[in-house]
Amino acid sequence: MTTVTTVAPAIIPSFDDVGQQGRKLAIICSKGSLDMAYPGLIIANAALGEGVETHLFFTFWGFDIITKNTMADLKMTMLGNPATHLPQGLGGLPGMTALATSRLRRAISLLDVPDVPEFLDQIVDSGGHLWACRMSADMNHLTSEDLYDGVEAIISASDFIDKTNGAQLLFI
Amino acid sequence: MPTTTLDGHQVRVDDEGFLADPGEWSEELAPVLAAQIGITLTGAHWDAIRFLRDDFRVQGQTATLRRIATVGGIPVKTLFELFPQKPAKKLAYIAGLPKPHGCV
Repeated sequence: MTTVTTVAPAIIPSFDDVGQQGRKLAIICSKGSLDMAYPGLIIANAALGEGVETHLFFTFWGFDIITKNTMADLKMTMLGNPATHLPQGLGGLPGMTALATSRLRRAISLLDVPDVPEFLDQIVDSGGHLWACRMSADMNHLTSEDLYDGVEAIISASDFIDKTNGAQLLFI
Repeated sequence: MPTTTLDGHQVRVDDEGFLADPGEWSEELAPVLAAQIGITLTGAHWDAIRFLRDDFRVQGQTATLRRIATVGGIPVKTLFELFPQKPAKKLAYIAGLPKPHGCV
């Protein structure tokens, strides 16, 4: 009589899931307010941590996120944002944008989430690709010298579409 | 809670395969776990593993990549080189800890 011992396969996390291989994410950042800069950066960072090739395209107001002069000084306004749950009229009073901005900055740093320039450093160190919009650069009379060092190039919208062939796309 | 046997070590794991109890981890188990996901441990890997274990003991949760970089002093770029593609999860797995919950 033979005894057959069945050995159960080891349970190991599937880090190299075949379905995930070659996954790409393209994020278009078109807004320059502090509260609209973070969603793109957080999702980019998360995607990179999951091994997803990630490209960010900064355009229109989103250009402020990668412009050296403005990137550390993005602001948040209550105006036009009912999610603050405060009377809209308050937002127009002097100092309210500064107050809202400092509140948001503090809330973000309490979570140990970096400020914008440091967040860009982390994204670049994680292998993320940053691209600046040609038209936005021309409109603002800015060159590569004016932009965050981690920006790979100023490219046209069609070049971005070309680079992100097959990517999932997120417009913010 | 399923139990699995890795190179002769019997451990309890969650549904994904992460160690269910960080207390079942040992320094002898780390290279066994690493081998399961194709990683051969070097001194640099060990620096990250030891930081993660020590930090978990104090904080009660697994450090995110940012914390490993800012508090542990191991640059994010290095972590991606040591634990390619999914550094936070791979490192947590090898260190016998739960996946980090933080977003950043």
